[in-house]
Amino acid sequence: MIVTTNRHASQRQIVAATKSRPRVSSIGAKAFLLEAPGEFDLAAQRRIWALSRSVKGWADLAEDIPGMTNLLVIFKETPEDPDAVVARLLQAWENAQSIDLKGKIIEIPVHYGGEHASDLPALCDLSGLSDREVVRIHHQATYRVFAVGSAPGFGYLHGLDPRIYMPRKTVPSLKMAKGCVTIGGMQTGVAMLTGPNGWNSIGFAALEMFDPNSPTPAMMAPGDTVYFLPARIEL
Amino acid sequence: MIEILESGPFNTVQDLGRPGYRDIGVTASGAMDPLAVRIGNILVGNDENAAAIEVQTFPFRLRFEQCTVFAVTGADGNPDLDGSELLPWCAHAAEAGQILELKQPPRLARVYIALGGGLNVPVVMGSRSTSLRGGFGGNAGRPLAKGDRIALGEDAEISMLPAAGLAVVEPAVALRDIFPAPADGVLPIRALPAGEHHLFAGDGEAFWRQTWRISSRSDRTGYRLSGDPITPTASVEMRSHGVVPGVVQVPPGGEPIVQMSDANTAGGYPKIAGVIECDLWRLGQARVGACLQFVRSTHAEARTVERAVARYVDDIRQTSKMVKRALKAMA
Repeated sequence: MIVTTNRHASQRQIVAATKSRPRVSSIGAKAFLLEAPGEFDLAAQRRIWALSRSVKGWADLAEDIPGMTNLLVIFKETPEDPDAVVARLLQAWENAQSIDLKGKIIEIPVHYGGEHASDLPALCDLSGLSDREVVRIHHQATYRVFAVGSAPGFGYLHGLDPRIYMPRKTVPSLKMAKGCVTIGGMQTGVAMLTGPNGWNSIGFAALEMFDPNSPTPAMMAPGDTVYFLPARIEL
Repeated sequence: MIEILESGPFNTVQDLGRPGYRDIGVTASGAMDPLAVRIGNILVGNDENAAAIEVQTFPFRLRFEQCTVFAVTGADGNPDLDGSELLPWCAHAAEAGQILELKQPPRLARVYIALGGGLNVPVVMGSRSTSLRGGFGGNAGRPLAKGDRIALGEDAEISMLPAAGLAVVEPAVALRDIFPAPADGVLPIRALPAGEHHLFAGDGEAFWRQTWRISSRSDRTGYRLSGDPITPTASVEMRSHGVVPGVVQVPPGGEPIVQMSDANTAGGYPKIAGVIECDLWRLGQARVGACLQFVRSTHAEARTVERAVARYVDDIRQTSKMVKRALKAMA
């Protein structure tokens, strides 16, 4: 393992020595982000899930947040030796076995097109596909919940067909409705809150997916499998 | 019980927050100036994490329906009880029927009202803080409004309060060595470079050098900063990852956003820096239009600041206990 620190002592920039080394950087003094090297795929995510499981045993850990092939680790105290923390995280990554979270199956009925599909025409332009094709490609795929975050219960779904990739918007929609079915880069999901949103909406789902008073507030959990069912197509 | 007589928008019930649920997308929430909440709660004899009122739009008025110990902390400005001005950062007792009024503070942003026993609203996912984004917690998940009546918890120390009140030296004064006052109106905010700092090349240095102004499009979720835009040398599509309050993200427009108490729990914009936790209360007290400059810091400096704040809070905790015990013994 090669760990290099930047000239500035405070930079804490771990530069990947080879393509297979993760990158660790810090956000403020207590939080460290480990980004898996390589492809954005299920294999990398399984190792992130394994890493998440092993850091949960650390006595000085406050919280860990799995992201898309990355893990944010928040410590209770600002570490005295941040380089040692970085080394510990890299070591844990080396030791992390791939685990597969089995999860449950969630079926989400979607009203594709219609008033909430505000970005469907732009996606057709970008992909060169017809709206019917975009919708078909979206609902025929099998998705896995890689991580939950951004809004209460919002699941980041992996498994998008690259043909309907669409980058996040430069200028977010100011008031996208809760329930919009969206694409952001190679990720897809269902908006959990009405508000500003940089992803691209192609439809709408009415399913309630978060209840703060439930012992398990979020319906989606990492590892779950999600199918979008075309309940209605309005093009 | 207290009754809200007058409130502007977005005044909420907040404690020290709801950590532990970021992995299901739930923002920690909590006071924008947690230090003020801790001190207020200690003064009235509460657990430091008891729920208080965060007032950020003024004027604000409430009526006490029972004899209650309270302390007003946070922004610069004196509270007013039945028309007479009171010391802030001081525990006082109010009689049933008395009215507390807060006016717009001269310079700072947020005032906290700590009440003996704390606000007795339900604990949702481990906290009494209002999650405005999620619409739960606090006062039924929404800001306070005229006519709201809120129950108070049991007040154990009401009989122990000195008649003249119990005051502390506020943190901006007591800790002026570690929290330097704004110079030429520019607030120094310590931060560490974050993950994508290197992508900004020369603009990375401009980020630290220039003065940023807090834009009017700022709230408890994030502060948007105006200044000369900074841009990364290459456009990056980040994979979504967890974020924490204090992260300074740079969206494509080039004007940074600092995530605050109602921070998003995940993000994908390049991160240029992360404000150290101990400086977040100063940002929480900075108003729209205020100027700030980021100061490059280190983990070691963050620890020094944390220790100084811990000593200050410990000292208040010990001293207020001692004073109350002594008064009780003399009574």
